[in-house]
Amino acid sequence: MFKDITLGQYYQTDSLLHRLDPRVKLVGTLVYIISLFVVDSFTGYIIAGIFLAAMIVLSNVPVGYIVRGMRAILILLLITMSFNLFLTPGQVIFRIGFLKITREGLAFAIKMAIRLSLLVIGSSLMTLTTTPNQLTDAIESLLGPLKRFRVPVHEIAMMMSIALRFIPILMEETDKIMKAQIARGADFESRNLIKKMKSLVPLLVPLFISAFRRANDLAMAMEARCYRGGAGRTKMKPLVYLGRDRAAYLTLFIYFAVCVAVRVLPLPF
Amino acid sequence: MIKVSKLIHDYIQRDEDGNPSGTIRAIDDVSLDVKPGQFIAILGHNGSGKSTLAKHLNALLFPTEGAVWINGLDTRDQQYLWEIRQTAGMVFQNPDNQIIGQVVEEDVGFGPENMGVPTEEIWERVEESLKAVGMYEYRKKSPNRLSGGQKQRVSIAGVIAMHPRCIVMDEPTAMLDPSGRADVIRAALTLNKGEGITIILITHYMEEAIQADRIFVMDRGRIAMQGSPREIFSRVEEMQELHLDVPQVTLLAHTLRSRGVDIPEGILTSEELARAICPDAK
Repeated sequence: MFKDITLGQYYQTDSLLHRLDPRVKLVGTLVYIISLFVVDSFTGYIIAGIFLAAMIVLSNVPVGYIVRGMRAILILLLITMSFNLFLTPGQVIFRIGFLKITREGLAFAIKMAIRLSLLVIGSSLMTLTTTPNQLTDAIESLLGPLKRFRVPVHEIAMMMSIALRFIPILMEETDKIMKAQIARGADFESRNLIKKMKSLVPLLVPLFISAFRRANDLAMAMEARCYRGGAGRTKMKPLVYLGRDRAAYLTLFIYFAVCVAVRVLPLPF
Repeated sequence: MIKVSKLIHDYIQRDEDGNPSGTIRAIDDVSLDVKPGQFIAILGHNGSGKSTLAKHLNALLFPTEGAVWINGLDTRDQQYLWEIRQTAGMVFQNPDNQIIGQVVEEDVGFGPENMGVPTEEIWERVEESLKAVGMYEYRKKSPNRLSGGQKQRVSIAGVIAMHPRCIVMDEPTAMLDPSGRADVIRAALTLNKGEGITIILITHYMEEAIQADRIFVMDRGRIAMQGSPREIFSRVEEMQELHLDVPQVTLLAHTLRSRGVDIPEGILTSEELARAICPDAK
């Protein structure tokens, strides 16, 4: 069952957004998040919304799939909204008992909700169209300049990608150990928190031992295959910017410029 | 191709504080010579030193005394380290713990990437290596979705992609089911006969050793027996003293012979036995 686990939440299909260089998508997501904090008016949110909608259309990911991912933050969204709604001082327009809704609070809550939704959809669109592997590559490439300051960028990326590779393996192993311990009478179902913590010991100890043994084996296998860090290494799948990636950067720049303009220029609404 | 001369390897034992408290001699005065293109099997029960020997052939361990030469290069010389590891590739026992890539083709490309092979050539090597082990259709798959035998063939492809002259396989079939085992051995034989790559197969399974050109039997760090499969498996009692089995057909033939049936010693396959018992049958 763990073999089918998808990390992140990559949605397998072919689209312009899937084919884009992962670096563009990573930078794009960052810029988009920043832009959401730059704009502060409904006009701005409409622009951001249209931009995001266009991206979703380009991504070929079904809207329903994205909306389903939003359910996870629904509670967070409701809590923030109600706080803003009831606790912002200003001109009262509605009152139930001691709770009062102000005009400012209403506007603020709506803005907050829009901002948060756009933010979550925007960043999940990146993970939906980029495999964790590509993301690791993008991070390695974008952080490349830090190598000059002795930041072990290649090593960090390698660790990330090994971690990603071993998560399903270790989950399977956890499952196996759990079943073995249950067969010997271990109780993982207890509702008592302390008991529950205690029951994790016979699970975690063998899991850690096994993980260390695997790490040792893997290190040996990597050395046997001539691994000696990032220096002198070539890439099987190097990241190369194509025309579409440059176009995407340009689009991104224009979008951001518009966002800044909306914020700075005195608009009538 | 491979020359091992009076090799001794000591593991240092440490007490709980990490101070050396003694040594264990894992390999004791082993000498052997392997010619290019040979298929060698190394047999031995647990703790006989065969895995330690294998790690010496890939310069993952270094001699305490004696020397190992791979293709004329001394493993003690650090300057040849990467060349040796590239010449003598290594396949390990646990398929999960030696696959690094998250996609089959990326894993096969890992070795060449480390060697600094240009991108286009990596792709060529990956393609030919995966085809050589019959895993080309699986190149876009995640290793986690493959069976044990398939994973082990991917590991072999990962080694072939480095264009080695020799592949050392340290019990590659120990964790596999019978069909996976057969696939891996078939892949090894194809590489040996087709490409002329020297294969050193370390194994528990006597059936796999039958196909070898030469067998070394290790016991307590020493080479206890060596010879062709027929010679080795003729010495049934000696093998049993070393806690090793002989193939079941060989054992049956040996028992029949000791009860007075007139058949030769060292029968390796059921066809041979059938012919020996009943020479006139088709």
